[in-house]
Amino acid sequence: MKKLLQICLLLLPLSSFASAGISLESADADLSDSKSLSNGAKLYVEYCLGCHSVKYIRYLNIADDFDIKQNTVLRDIAPEGAGIYDKMLTAMNARDAKRWFGTTPPDLSLIARSRGADWLYTYLKSFYVDSSKPLGVNNAVFPDVGMPNPLWQLQGEQVAVFKKEHGQEVISKLVIQEKGTMSPDQFDEAINNLVNFLVYAGEPSQLERRSMGKYVLLFILLFGIIAYLLKKEYWKDVH
Amino acid sequence: MKSKYLTGCGTWVVNRFPLTKLWNEHMAQYYAPKNFNFWYFFGSLALLVLVNQFITGILLTMNYKPDAGLAFDSVEYIMREVPWGWLVRYMHSTGASAFFIVIYLHMFRGLIYGSYKQPRELVWIFGMLLFVALMAEAFMGYLLPWGQMSYWGAQVIISLFSAIPIIGDDLSLWVRGDYVISDATLNRFFAFHVIAIPLILIMLVFLHIVALHEVGSNNPDGIDIKDSKDPWGHPIDGIPFHPYYTVKDIVGVAVFLFFFATVIFYMPEMGGYFLEDANFIPADPLATPEHISPVWYFTPFYAILRAIPDKFAGVIAMGGAIFVLFLLPWLDRSPVKSIRYRGGIYKKAILMFVISFVGLGYLGMQAPTANATIMARVFTAMYFGFFLLMPIYTRWEKTKPVPKRLTEQPSIEDRIPGWKDTANAMIKEVPVEKEGKTVLQKRPDPAGIAKVLTRTAKNIKASLD
Repeated sequence: MKKLLQICLLLLPLSSFASAGISLESADADLSDSKSLSNGAKLYVEYCLGCHSVKYIRYLNIADDFDIKQNTVLRDIAPEGAGIYDKMLTAMNARDAKRWFGTTPPDLSLIARSRGADWLYTYLKSFYVDSSKPLGVNNAVFPDVGMPNPLWQLQGEQVAVFKKEHGQEVISKLVIQEKGTMSPDQFDEAINNLVNFLVYAGEPSQLERRSMGKYVLLFILLFGIIAYLLKKEYWKDVH
Repeated sequence: MKSKYLTGCGTWVVNRFPLTKLWNEHMAQYYAPKNFNFWYFFGSLALLVLVNQFITGILLTMNYKPDAGLAFDSVEYIMREVPWGWLVRYMHSTGASAFFIVIYLHMFRGLIYGSYKQPRELVWIFGMLLFVALMAEAFMGYLLPWGQMSYWGAQVIISLFSAIPIIGDDLSLWVRGDYVISDATLNRFFAFHVIAIPLILIMLVFLHIVALHEVGSNNPDGIDIKDSKDPWGHPIDGIPFHPYYTVKDIVGVAVFLFFFATVIFYMPEMGGYFLEDANFIPADPLATPEHISPVWYFTPFYAILRAIPDKFAGVIAMGGAIFVLFLLPWLDRSPVKSIRYRGGIYKKAILMFVISFVGLGYLGMQAPTANATIMARVFTAMYFGFFLLMPIYTRWEKTKPVPKRLTEQPSIEDRIPGWKDTANAMIKEVPVEKEGKTVLQKRPDPAGIAKVLTRTAKNIKASLD
């Protein structure tokens, strides 16, 4: 018994893990909010699609899933000249991208599934000015990322405040140095809409999945009750 | 008129095929002990999951493309464009994890009630072969979505072959069909996953059940029901499998499906345990993920592999961890089957085994830090100690007298009043001022909780003697 306790005690430090860098803020992804979703899609096309495709989504999906008219999607969301059956592809070709950024910007269809909504939300808010980097910016969540901050005009310019921890310089917080066109609250909401859209793009079937789940579970529950009563009836004569 | 025609057809078949005989031998006149408990649901559930994997698997192959350039996209096509494709895919991916949960519990049942012991050694051997085939099936299936974890997991595991002296490098090359995991590997894994291993699985399931029905099922008391028979030659404590256990297993199916559907509809990734986050990134031979770990059901064995400093020795240990299970019927020297009548030392050994297995499973998912490696070594020693010391400690153990007939245990319905009493013992009613009146309100009672906890601890300790 004592041995057992010792083992449990030894395990404890393994389960608590130290967090690196700044902690993640939580995004509020709500796929039933079609206004937020279409707003996010619009932001995406405006600020992200230049480099990053979402190749598994067609503009038609946006119209159908967000309950918007096809014409409205083409007028307000899709880039100039796109058709309703077109996939959300980027106009930038991979070779140029490699030359300009050193890496091809990844397709973001599944980014919300591999990174998580909270990570994306915090990442997009955590760019700061760092003149030592080739693009002049760095990111507190993804250090040395090879991506410029496409949203700097909206957010403004951030600088990092450092503190000493265990003899190493770590970022304690990010402060806005030069105001952007949006207030911090407006910017948070915009980023949340954008993340919401990416969460949708990662798995468009999730709305259907969740709304269907309760009926399936209810059916299984009823089936279980009937099965249980049947079993009781049969087993009455087993002693 | 119509029914007469149908009866005629039935007779025609029965005259040419032993349908009635098969049905009676394996269902209607197969006598099973009447005291099967919770642990006995998992055999039929394993069959259910197998059928689920077959049906959903066949549907998936209709749209999946086993091609390194198309595989990842075809899975997303299934998830987005194919009607109900997402449901079929989640049923298959959740089914894989559910299969291992069910099988691990099924094997644990064998462990605690001595179901592997004489005369059921062959049932156990066939079952172990099934387990090995299932691991191969799952491993190869995991490569097919062609995500980063598919790719690098397969890379790590196949490179283990190269640790074998002399032939190792050529062997791993032969398995992969290329110097790295590639299109050639994907194609052959697909062939194994959808044809070769499923065939082996079906054959082994057949052998497993035939061998079981030849010797009859074990039970929680670990005694042979055929020792006491009624004048007609039927075991007194046995009941026909059909209808008694068919209707009982349907209840188990409903409970299982409830959990299964909850995962499918509300948490198909299961927090990254059933579908790993990194597998949503297409396979990239040039970018190694920071942390490669296999899916949860392989992690206990993976942790054993990493715990051994030498690679080849690690491979041997990992293989040995599975092989030693085959020897279980001959390692166990106790005259008693069921844990109910075995000595305390065996119960403690099983507890240690469970702790080591779960501990290894946890450590296999974590990055190998110095502390974690030490823990993994301790658990590996415990794991092998459980099996290799078994011939010694099972001979020492003081067994309890075994009853002649099956004993009756309280059912869940019988236990509910006891649970209610326990819950009430932890609550006391306190007078509280509310809107000027004094009302009695239920509050948790620290003294009562302490009492219940000590009693539980004492019960647990007593159950280990």
